[in-house]
Amino acid sequence: MTAEEQSLRHATAPDPYADERLTLSPFHARQAALNIREAWSEWNGYRFADYYYDVEYEYFCIRNTVGTYDISPMQKYHVEGPDAEAMLDRMVTRDVTKLKEGRVTYVCWCTDTGRMIDDGTIFRLGPEKFMLTCGSPSLAWLKKARFGFDNLTITDMTDNIAGLSVQGPCSCATLKAMGLDGIDQLKPFNIAYFDFAGSQLMVSRTGFTGDLGYELWVEPQLALQMWDALYAAGENYGIQPYGEAATNMARLEAGFIMPDMEFHEALKTVHLNHDQSPFELNLGWLVDFKKPHFNGRRALLEERERGPAYTLTKLDIEGNKVAEGSWIYADEGCSKHVGYVTSAMWSPAVKANIALAMIKTEHLKGELWAEIYYDKELRQYEKIARCTVADKPFWAPDRARATPPADA
Amino acid sequence: MSDYDSIIIGAGHNGLVCAAYLARAGQRVLVLEAAAEPGGLAATREFHPGFRVSVAHTLHHFSRKIVQELGLTKHGYQPGELMNTTGLSADGQHVSIKGNLVKGVSSADAEAFSEYQAMLQKFAAALEPFWMKTMPRIGKNSLKEMLTFAQVGLKLRLLGADDMREFFRVASLPIRDLMDENYDSDILKAVLSWDAVIGSTQAPRSPNNTVLSMLYRMTGESGGAHAIPAGGMAGLVNALAAAAESQGVELRYGSPVKSIAVEGDENGQRATGVVLGDGERLTAERVISATDPKRTFFDLLGARHLEIEFTNRIRRLRTDGQVAKLHLALSGLPNFSGVDQPDGRLIIAPQMDSLEFAWDDAKFGRLPEQPALEVLIPSLREPGLAPTGQHVLSAHVMYVPRSLEGGWTETAKAELQGKVMQTLAQYAPGIEDLVLHAELLTPQDLEEQWKVTGGHWHHTELAMDQMLMMRPTYEAAQHSTPIPGLFICGAGCHPGGGVMGGPGHNAAGEILR
Ligand SMILES: Cc1cc2nc3c(=O)[nH]c(=O)nc-3n(C[C@H](O)[C@H](O)[C@H](O)COP(=O)(O)OP(=O)(O)OC[C@H]3O[C@@H](n4cnc5c(N)ncnc54)[C@H](O)[C@@H]3O)c2cc1C
Repeated sequence: MTAEEQSLRHATAPDPYADERLTLSPFHARQAALNIREAWSEWNGYRFADYYYDVEYEYFCIRNTVGTYDISPMQKYHVEGPDAEAMLDRMVTRDVTKLKEGRVTYVCWCTDTGRMIDDGTIFRLGPEKFMLTCGSPSLAWLKKARFGFDNLTITDMTDNIAGLSVQGPCSCATLKAMGLDGIDQLKPFNIAYFDFAGSQLMVSRTGFTGDLGYELWVEPQLALQMWDALYAAGENYGIQPYGEAATNMARLEAGFIMPDMEFHEALKTVHLNHDQSPFELNLGWLVDFKKPHFNGRRALLEERERGPAYTLTKLDIEGNKVAEGSWIYADEGCSKHVGYVTSAMWSPAVKANIALAMIKTEHLKGELWAEIYYDKELRQYEKIARCTVADKPFWAPDRARATPPADA
Repeated sequence: MSDYDSIIIGAGHNGLVCAAYLARAGQRVLVLEAAAEPGGLAATREFHPGFRVSVAHTLHHFSRKIVQELGLTKHGYQPGELMNTTGLSADGQHVSIKGNLVKGVSSADAEAFSEYQAMLQKFAAALEPFWMKTMPRIGKNSLKEMLTFAQVGLKLRLLGADDMREFFRVASLPIRDLMDENYDSDILKAVLSWDAVIGSTQAPRSPNNTVLSMLYRMTGESGGAHAIPAGGMAGLVNALAAAAESQGVELRYGSPVKSIAVEGDENGQRATGVVLGDGERLTAERVISATDPKRTFFDLLGARHLEIEFTNRIRRLRTDGQVAKLHLALSGLPNFSGVDQPDGRLIIAPQMDSLEFAWDDAKFGRLPEQPALEVLIPSLREPGLAPTGQHVLSAHVMYVPRSLEGGWTETAKAELQGKVMQTLAQYAPGIEDLVLHAELLTPQDLEEQWKVTGGHWHHTELAMDQMLMMRPTYEAAQHSTPIPGLFICGAGCHPGGGVMGGPGHNAAGEILR
């Protein structure tokens, strides 16, 4: 074989790693062009941007203009049929029977012992049709959960629906400019449908940033066409894709929990009590004891009586040193360890040193001090900073809830 | 106010035992039975005009405590005379066991047998406290629950160090190894293995708990020997029904329960009664199911009322039965070559491997090439079961898969029946000419007609993973269930199946606590 033949053969040989390579999102072609830093990571087997250009810049797009975030790798399941409502209602802690058609609700679901498996959203697409979305694959649990509910089908739609989150104060204006007439009338957690390229575009007023924002759902074949229409409409607003890192900043300001940061999925947890309950995660409002039955009810009822061991708490920390990974103490002398920080950042929007922390519930009312380690040019420093418990999300602008949004 | 304090679903012996105890303690109890008569798998019914038989055909460890406490003797129960067990050999060199004595084997085997039996009986006695008590909960033990363990521990300790060590060694041994250690005679080995493996999804070489199952069967005063009570199995069942009625229990036959009624509000769910096949609703403070766990939780209650992981544990219970039943109405007494009077248990498993090979076929979903049989002619002990001069033959057939490759068609049933008749004819030449009527019940038939999931002997496999505080699974192993007001008391509970009464007795104890 000549060298030329050899190299030709090499080039045409089947890829031995074909099955293991990351899936490309339906939006990949456009996103790849804009990922000028080549900052890729992975989510659910998809190639996924950590950031595209600059984390802070992308964050400011979310807060000041408009940004897009690829949610195609999010797991999406259609649950359909006469038993669908009852099946989901038994699985999640919230009352699904109260969810009206065309509405979305935030839910969580637990093991029999009331430990949180995952959180996600349920879309009611029809009287007997739902879409469940969540951060990591849940088909095994859904299969167990559906036993005894014969009249329904569960379809993994993850690869069949392209999802793009459009967030920021100019998101509504952008969508309007894109031709989505009436989008300004869409209320938070509502769903609307628009004709698009001879097909249908589903829009929900949902998101993970705590800001004004929407999520667009479309068949993968139309993903790029939709992207182009959206980006053309948003050009004047400086529309910009953002990745995982900026999302993480925005969601922390909004007080939203992140898997593997605030909670460890119960089904993947090996050590006793290293998982969390909704009460520990301050999601007690999702647990509806008016429902006679749902998975984990008995254990959660006991926990409610007893009080959760820990409570996820929003902290406003004095100074500007980020309390990443800090331990929390009940005293300035750091003799009584009462908790640990799960996420922390300097919030540019609220100009505050903020954190989420798991704190032993009995110590919530007392003093809280964070032991912060930070470095300056490779030198290590330590600081003990007083923490104040914040009751409200750090970032919750009126525009996130207003209909129509002010600048639409 | 509810119609009853307790409604019990199923008048199998466990349902009746539980009912009698509850009524004795002053409860208003109703038992609803789908069949036309009591007894469940132990019920006696006419299968051919003038011929009657029961699926379960002998007793060997029915609890004496229950006999005494419920005054069963007063209601006509009389334990039968202990039977011999004979291992048939094609050449007529049968092996015959009577109590702790064995005939037809070498003197070395005979000697070993007495010692071996004595040892096993000692072990069985040490385990005794386990069977008639509710198992402790894993993790959350009350002092009383811990005492159950302490008692067994003490009993084992009293065996002495050597015996205790030996107990722990043999309890989880495949029965085959125990046999090989002790005996030369292949027939003896096969016959002794029978009570270790019958009714389970295990064969002599299977590791798990065959020896423990045998010890379970050896509890009680008969030391493992079988008997047919006076009046046949009906003698016991009728006494149980009469004892229950004398305590005020209301028994309703031909009343299949369609579902367990569950009410739910902001205080959670609660079982409040039952709905019958004809739509009638009856209410009770509690519902106690004496049917098997899958039927109880899935068919009668509905998985949607349960939690997901609990549901999954019930779903994966191993419930495929492996025993078929052959009933023959005979015009005369068959002649088993070399057997004077076939009034004991006749085991047809001429080699240790007969069992293993039959299992090998069954575990791949095929009919056993050479079925192994336990044959009984109950009419010799209880003449009322057949017209004068005529007889009933009752045979357990191993191993017969619940899920047969290709399904249980009429052809498949005929093929199995042919094989069983052929086997019988080898030992009882001419028996086919005496047959007036034959009834073959596959595990699927047992499932459909006796309403036992999988047609399983123990309602659900009696194996290490489904025993003691794991039976049928945790959160239901103390007879209460995740649904307040719903209890279980059938063979799927600790200690397990066989006509023994432990589950019914223990459930009543737990409910009355
Ligand atoms: C082939 C075979 C042979 C056996 N031979 C022997 C033997 O020789 N000796 C021995 O000791 N054991 C034997 N066993 C085991 C023994 O028969 C059982 O373990 C025992 O009878 C179980 O008793 P139970 O009361 O728990 O349940 P069951 O006897 O199964 O009783 C359950 C009752 O519930 C009723 N029921 C079910 N569903 C409903 C409903 N929806 N509504 C109303 N009623 C309902 C059924 O009709 C039945 O009467 C044998 C088992 C099998 C399968």
